[in-house]
Amino acid sequence: MKLITAVVKPFKLDDVKDALKAAGAQGITVSEVRGFGRQGGHTETYRGAEYNIEFVPKVRIEIVVDDSVVERAVEAIRSAASTGKIGDGKIWVTNVERIIRIRTGETGPDAL
Amino acid sequence: MTANTPIDTGATAWVLVSCALVLFMTPGLAFFYGGMVRSKNVLGMLIQNVLAMGLISVIWAVVGFSLAFGGSNKWIGNFDFLFLADVANAPNLPGYVGDFALVIPPLAFVAYQMMFAVITPALITGATADRLKFSAYAILIGAWAILVYPTVAHWVFSPNGWLFGEGALDFAGGAVVHINAGAAALAVVLVLGKRRGWQREAMPPHNLPFTVLGTGILWFGWFGFNAGSALGANGLAAQALINTQLAAASAMLAWLVVEKLRAGHATTLGAASGAVAGLVAITPCAGFVGGMAPIVIGLVSGVVCYFALSLKTKFGFDDSLDVIAVHLVGGLVGALLLGLFADKTVNGLGADGWFFGGGADLLGKQVLASAATLVFSFVVTYIIAVVINKTIGLRVSNEDELVGLDQSQHAETAYQA
Repeated sequence: MKLITAVVKPFKLDDVKDALKAAGAQGITVSEVRGFGRQGGHTETYRGAEYNIEFVPKVRIEIVVDDSVVERAVEAIRSAASTGKIGDGKIWVTNVERIIRIRTGETGPDAL
Repeated sequence: MTANTPIDTGATAWVLVSCALVLFMTPGLAFFYGGMVRSKNVLGMLIQNVLAMGLISVIWAVVGFSLAFGGSNKWIGNFDFLFLADVANAPNLPGYVGDFALVIPPLAFVAYQMMFAVITPALITGATADRLKFSAYAILIGAWAILVYPTVAHWVFSPNGWLFGEGALDFAGGAVVHINAGAAALAVVLVLGKRRGWQREAMPPHNLPFTVLGTGILWFGWFGFNAGSALGANGLAAQALINTQLAAASAMLAWLVVEKLRAGHATTLGAASGAVAGLVAITPCAGFVGGMAPIVIGLVSGVVCYFALSLKTKFGFDDSLDVIAVHLVGGLVGALLLGLFADKTVNGLGADGWFFGGGADLLGKQVLASAATLVFSFVVTYIIAVVINKTIGLRVSNEDELVGLDQSQHAETAYQA
């Protein structure tokens, strides 16, 4: 099992959710986050004064999937979240040692 | 003139409504400024404005009104109306006779003028945002409402005042409210110092929707401010009202165009700022100009106030929310343009400005009144600020400033996570 974490542009969240469902993901967790990457923030203007806003709003998506689904899910996120412009975000995949479903106590892929 | 001028019911009704309109401007100002500060200071900003409604109302009834409108001395009022003694039954107020006779009950005049006294020191809060100690603020505006505001109001508004006598015109408080508060804001800011991190870190507005809401309330209330200053329900009030609308509208447009050309975007904050700049500039002129003059006054104030924003960075004073650029500079623009655009066919008690055949005479008087107000307010406010700073201190501690005024001064936060 793998944990896929993606940080994407907020307005792409719906597209990514639909693509993940189509790719077979059972559930996703979403949080609103702020940060910067190579994009390095953006500028805002208030009464003629320019501010560099370093921490840009993003959405972080986390899903845990079976190994067999990983490639499809990663590709689904990538193609749905891509605008081709700077600031589209990142996806990374990590190993998951254990997973337990709280209600039933099931473990492993059955718990997904 | 007989001692007992008959009360006009229409005029009385309009002035009473105008009282409520002008009062509403202070919470409007609270939201206008509150949206522009960082989220940790929004309650600190709101309460400072609201406190003026409490503190200044009481001071006005106890001593402020008497100092502003009592007696016949031309420099300062007296104590005849202390605690509003004898006002309710006064046959007329000192100086308000002949052409200036009031057709409203004296208490309606007291209440109406009270609302001006309330909002004027509240304007200072925009300059001192995020770092002024609450106790120091209360003492500051309390002292100011006794030592500064009534004196300027007496000079300019009272028919017995020396600037009124000189023939300087100020329909609704360009000098008494805006130049006065703007000069005071500059004085306090110079004693108070800059916000920690000013010009090194971003301090963007935390809630511009509040600022737009506040702008709407201010604009709405300003009809009471300017048209109410006719002190009658008549053609002059209507003229002042249309002038107010046209100046606010054209100043907003001018500001948006200039910032689009200069910075690339027309902004929400720019629209709000431009409208307020126009409202400030038309304030002294509202009942003395006509035709399309308010549009010219609005356009000029929108452009001039926009460029005045850079004064603070040029001279290195942290006027946090641009009270000086909008109120001091806007007030000066209005006072001086009145010297050009005043028209006696609009108001027989006014004068003709330079463009209406009156020569430079009125402009000279406007310069005198503006300069006298600016210097008096700046000097006395500076002394008050220094005295407070040497005794209890004007500023919060560095730690309290970092935490924010909401928590450090008031043990509250506006937004729960």
